Amino acid sequence: MADHHEHHAPTGWRRWLLSTNHKDIGSLYLWFSFAMFLVGGLLAMVIRAELMYPGMQVVDPDFFNQMTTTHGLIMVFGAVMPAFVGLANWMIPLMIGAPDMALPRMNNWSFWILPFAFAILIGSVLMSAFGPGNPPAPNFGWTFYAPLSTTYGPASTDFFILSVHLMGISSIMGAINVIVTVMNMRAPGMTMMKMPLFVWTWLITAFLLIAVMPVLAGAVTMMLTDRHFGTSFFDAAGGGDPVLFQHIFWFFGHPEVYIMILPAFGVVSAIIPTFARKPLFGYASMVYATASIALLSFVVWAHHMFTVGMPLAGMLFFMYMTMLISVPTGVKVFNWVATMWRGSLTFELPMKWAIAFVILFTIGGLSGLMLSITPVDFQYHDSYFVVAHFHYVLVSGAVFSMFAAVYYWLPKWTGVMYDKFWGEVHFWSSLISVNLLFFPMHFVGLAGMPRRYADYALQFADYNWWITIGAFWFGISQLFLLWVLIKACFLKKGEKATDEVWEGADGLEWTVPSPAPFHTFDTPPVVK
Amino acid sequence: MAEDKLSRVNRRSITKLMIAVVCMFGFAYALAPLYYAVCEALGIGGRTNSVPIVEVPEGMQKDEDRSVLVQFVTRSAQGMPWDFEPMERSVRVHPGEIKAVNFRVRNRTGEDMVGQAIPSLVPGQAAPHFKKTQCFCFDQQPLVAEGEEVMPMIFYLDPAIPRSVTTITLSYTLYDITERARAGEVAARQAP
Repeated sequence: MADHHEHHAPTGWRRWLLSTNHKDIGSLYLWFSFAMFLVGGLLAMVIRAELMYPGMQVVDPDFFNQMTTTHGLIMVFGAVMPAFVGLANWMIPLMIGAPDMALPRMNNWSFWILPFAFAILIGSVLMSAFGPGNPPAPNFGWTFYAPLSTTYGPASTDFFILSVHLMGISSIMGAINVIVTVMNMRAPGMTMMKMPLFVWTWLITAFLLIAVMPVLAGAVTMMLTDRHFGTSFFDAAGGGDPVLFQHIFWFFGHPEVYIMILPAFGVVSAIIPTFARKPLFGYASMVYATASIALLSFVVWAHHMFTVGMPLAGMLFFMYMTMLISVPTGVKVFNWVATMWRGSLTFELPMKWAIAFVILFTIGGLSGLMLSITPVDFQYHDSYFVVAHFHYVLVSGAVFSMFAAVYYWLPKWTGVMYDKFWGEVHFWSSLISVNLLFFPMHFVGLAGMPRRYADYALQFADYNWWITIGAFWFGISQLFLLWVLIKACFLKKGEKATDEVWEGADGLEWTVPSPAPFHTFDTPPVVK
Repeated sequence: MAEDKLSRVNRRSITKLMIAVVCMFGFAYALAPLYYAVCEALGIGGRTNSVPIVEVPEGMQKDEDRSVLVQFVTRSAQGMPWDFEPMERSVRVHPGEIKAVNFRVRNRTGEDMVGQAIPSLVPGQAAPHFKKTQCFCFDQQPLVAEGEEVMPMIFYLDPAIPRSVTTITLSYTLYDITERARAGEVAARQAP
């Protein structure tokens, strides 16, 4: 496949720093997000080490708060979101038969902002941890509620604000790129309703990003002016209201959780049909369900704040709307199960991860349904039950779908099959430990253990010991993935992958050679 | 598709999307007035009137059949070195009856300061029926060093207040706005 473009490809560091190639930028995103996943995981290990036994052992409470805050921020903005953007970069042009993303230079910029954004955020943690006397890193929780982050925010809050602005700019540019690519660069014959579901879910995600990332930018800008320029958006003394902050934050925050899960739905909808050797059941209903979830996500935000004191009508409205989301989500789960029904199933690693996703994500969805019931939420609010809920949907949901995606497309990216042995070890080890880690949190939460505290009452001790064992086990398990990736990406060791890779795979990405050459679809394929 | 035609189409898409981004940024700011407008319209959020009621509705009748217990809670915000307390912890009023109560403040520091009291009321559905004709919270409270003052508040309960409301708690938090008031004075003096 020697083509006339090859001599344009720069080498060395210039290839990566100046890259405008969707595959290289995709790889940068994926490696960056994996690095952030490990850093965020390390912070979680500090949290779990402190919580292994009651009483204070490892860190002081203020540092513990910095850990919960930065763990959340790094995992949400550094690990999950860039991982899906990386996947979009790699796969969307291949799936729709486009030669590259529509805006390659903006693509470069939107990636290279990220390392700076996180250097600022992580820098404040390092300064706090290793510079005695320095102000603490952000310590107000990833939701940075005012007045904790305004009146009482440490000096590093301004680093945090700048960092969030940069992340927001990066996400918005990434979203614009996806929308323009999908709208304008599809191969001839690829109508909207012929697009792979991963492309659909990402298109809808990109619209969500365009709608809510500017709201997040607005929120942190208001914080900045409240802190330094004399405004009082969130300061009661000047006529503002801290509850307003919660409304603005969750107006961003709830669509944000769908930003993190919709691409996961797309991944699973690509993998399950392949290994069931059947087309996806209910394709059109999947598209409509995704769009409904996205629309509903704008009218449910106040279910995060049932306890602020809302009128009954408001609580009922947000409760019913939240419950309504389980209908399109249920449609999706039903469709995945129906796709597997009477299929010729095989259980290669991507399929194992996808099935684990369906089951564990559904558990997280069910606890979410419990949390949507207003009177019950009054008890669950800010307890470990909430922590269990969102880790089931984000870790065994979004992150597991990323693992599924990596095992599914790795042979296409690298040209070699992943190491099956260490891949299996990674899967089983993660599957067992993730449940040991997060399932008992339901129990301690229902029993009344609040989240975000460095210490707890004695009766929670045994469960917390097991949770910490699960946490360390899950953390170590990810090193197996690191090895699998190093072996496939850098050592290029492994069984040679065919172009089709998987017997039942369907889609344009499987028509290009493995590994996918630097330039693909210079002449658009024709889709029938 | 020709290269330049594609880039023209792309540019048009980018323009539209950038407009959406800018609008959503503006929307975040619009949420602030929207929030207060919704709270005001629905009478939620425990906000009481922020400008004095100058005219009591004509022919307002005192409802002797029932009375509501109004409790007062006061608090100085963190870092506010004033004593602040109600002179009566609670009063019992009939809807439609005009009542005056007093609060005492004392500046414990050796410096002239300016304070601002912010009210909040529970239950929220009583807030639109709690009418203040005079309140120290409508103005700033300058107080000289070691100064002490009694601040009045006059209110009535609108007779339309739901029967289910039997107790109202009105809370005031006192904030230090010395710096801000000083900055405001400077600005005022500069104005023509």
